[in-house]
Parts: sequence; structure tokens; C-alpha cells
Amino acid sequence: MSVVDHHAIELSPRISEAAPADYIALLKPRVMSLVVFTALVGLMIAPGHVHPVLAFTSILCIAVGAGASGALNMWYESDIDALMSRTANRPIPRGRVTRPEALAFGMTLAFFSVMTLGILVNWFAGGLLAFTIFFYVVIYTIGLKRWTAQNIVIGGAAGALPPVVAWVAATGSLSVEPLLLFLIIFFWTPPHFWALALFRNDDYARAGVPMLPVVAGPDATRLQILLYTIVLVAVALAPWPLGYFDAVYGVTSLVLGAGMLGLAINVYRHREGSQALRATRKLFAFSILYLFALFATLLLEVVVHALMPSIW
Amino acid sequence: MEDKQKPDGIVLTEAQQKSRRQRSVAIALALGVLVVLFFAVTLVKGPAVLVRPM
Repeated sequence: MSVVDHHAIELSPRISEAAPADYIALLKPRVMSLVVFTALVGLMIAPGHVHPVLAFTSILCIAVGAGASGALNMWYESDIDALMSRTANRPIPRGRVTRPEALAFGMTLAFFSVMTLGILVNWFAGGLLAFTIFFYVVIYTIGLKRWTAQNIVIGGAAGALPPVVAWVAATGSLSVEPLLLFLIIFFWTPPHFWALALFRNDDYARAGVPMLPVVAGPDATRLQILLYTIVLVAVALAPWPLGYFDAVYGVTSLVLGAGMLGLAINVYRHREGSQALRATRKLFAFSILYLFALFATLLLEVVVHALMPSIW
Repeated sequence: MEDKQKPDGIVLTEAQQKSRRQRSVAIALALGVLVVLFFAVTLVKGPAVLVRPM
């Protein structure tokens, strides 16, 4: 009698039914759009002339690099994504794409984005893009996210680097201006994500992610949001008196900063019931507008200056 | 007796075939974009294409 029953095991390899749309979802298109926009600003405010083809190549590589980071993030976090209502519909928890497929996809895009930027534009920018992907995937996703409540504070550096990569792609060197853009996004990240974490607290607690509201409680988070917002408003305003960005930017930053600070104070004051929920949702929504409008002002100034140089 | 033989190997369903075709087209487009990009940058840079500052 044979000890192996040849009919017992039927090999049925999994055949993917994933459509391109599932792979596009792995790229986190909404995050990518913000990355593209901030990178575009970094590129446009850089001094000197950049050929449009090289500018397009730089932004494309940064976008694909950001997408690769998103795919690798989803590869690693598929277990907790399945537990949170916000992320349960992502391609891996839904069974559309497997973890190895997402890993291969992310690694391929990361390789091509870095190599293309390095070969076609410059290796400083390519290296910085590689560091950004490494920081987001290894330092933030694998290292910090499940370990410390300061995850998004330190991890925010990855999201703040795209305009710096774009500046380096345009100029081949670093300067103060892109570092100012870096600081603005860096200090914007905690109030933005902690506002989200406040009204998604149950989600994060269920998944065991040590976000600040889960670990330190909502009240401590509200205080941290307020403190980080004060620093953010000051950092975003500083380039004006320091002479790096002009008065149009300064006034815009002042007005938007007042709005951001007012909403952060509201979050701090209203701690119970629907008023508290409304306050956090408002801050979260306004924070996106805040960053977008601030960077749009810089972009607009460059465009207007290029079209009508006599105005400035 | 007529013995209908099953086809050898894996037979894809219509949905699997469709998604595979879509993925193949997407990969082809991405490679096409990459080729055009390298060609365009080569034209833009001209002889300086080999100069790649750190």
C-alpha cells in the first residue's frame, strides 16, 4: 500500500483576477496626488530653468516612488488593514491582490522610479528618493507604526521629503527654501493625523496600532494637536520675515494659520459628544485645505511672476 | 465508448482571461512610456546625456 494518496491533494494554483484598477489602488492615489502637488511646488520655486521634459520626468519618478511606498505599506500592513473599517476595502484585505504580488509590485516600482530619476535627472535626487521610500517603508511602516505613539511624528519626515527631492532634481543641490517646505509638512503631519485618529480611535484600538489617542487618551491628544498647531503656524509664517517667501505668501499663511489655530483651539475645548466629533472632523478637513492653499500660493506666485514679471 | 478528454493544464475562466489581458496591456503601456521617456530625455540632453552630476 502506498503511503501517498495521489488523489488526495489537488493542486489548484491561484489565478489572479486583479484588474489594473486594483494595482492603482495599491499606489494610494489620494496620497500620491498630495505628493505630486508638493513636489511640483518644490520644483517650480527652485531657481534656474528646468527643461519641461526633465521636470515631467522628475515629478513622474517622485509620484511612482510614492506609489511604491504605498504598495509596500499595504503589503506589510494587510493584517491590520483588514481590521480597520477605513482600510478593509484595500486590494489585499479584499483578496484581489496577494501579499507577494503587492511586494513584487512595490519593489519593482521603487527600483524603476529611483533608477530612472538617477539616470535621467541626477543621482542626488535619485538617492534622496530611495531614502524617502526606505524611510516610509522600513523606518515608519515596519519600525515605528506598531511600536510608538510618536510614529507619525517621526514618520512624517517621509511625507515631507517630496518637495526636497523635487528641488534637488531641479538644482542638483540643497538650499534653505526646500527645507522650509519640509518643516511645514513635517509639523503639519501630527495635527492632521491625530485629528483623524481622534475620530477613528476605535479602528486603531481594534487593530492594536498605538496611535496617540489610543495610548495617551483623547485629552492628551487634543493638547498635543494644539501645541503642534502653534509650532506649525509659526514655522509656516517664518519664511516671510526671514525673507525667503514674500508678503503674499506671508499674509496667506497668517490668515490660514489663524483658521488652523482657531479650529485646533475648538478641538481642545470641545471634548464630549457631537460637538467634539464635529470639531475634530473640521480640523482634519481644514488641515488638507491649509497645506494645499499654502503651497498653491507659492505656485501661483511663480506662475504670475513668469507671466507678468513686472508685477514683482 | 466515447471518452471526452479534459484539456491538459490550467484553463482560465473568462474573468481571469480578461483581467490577465488588462494587466498585460497596462504593463505594455508602462514600458512604452518608459521607452518614450528615455528617448525624449536623450533628445533633450543631447551629448550631455552622459553627464550625470552627483
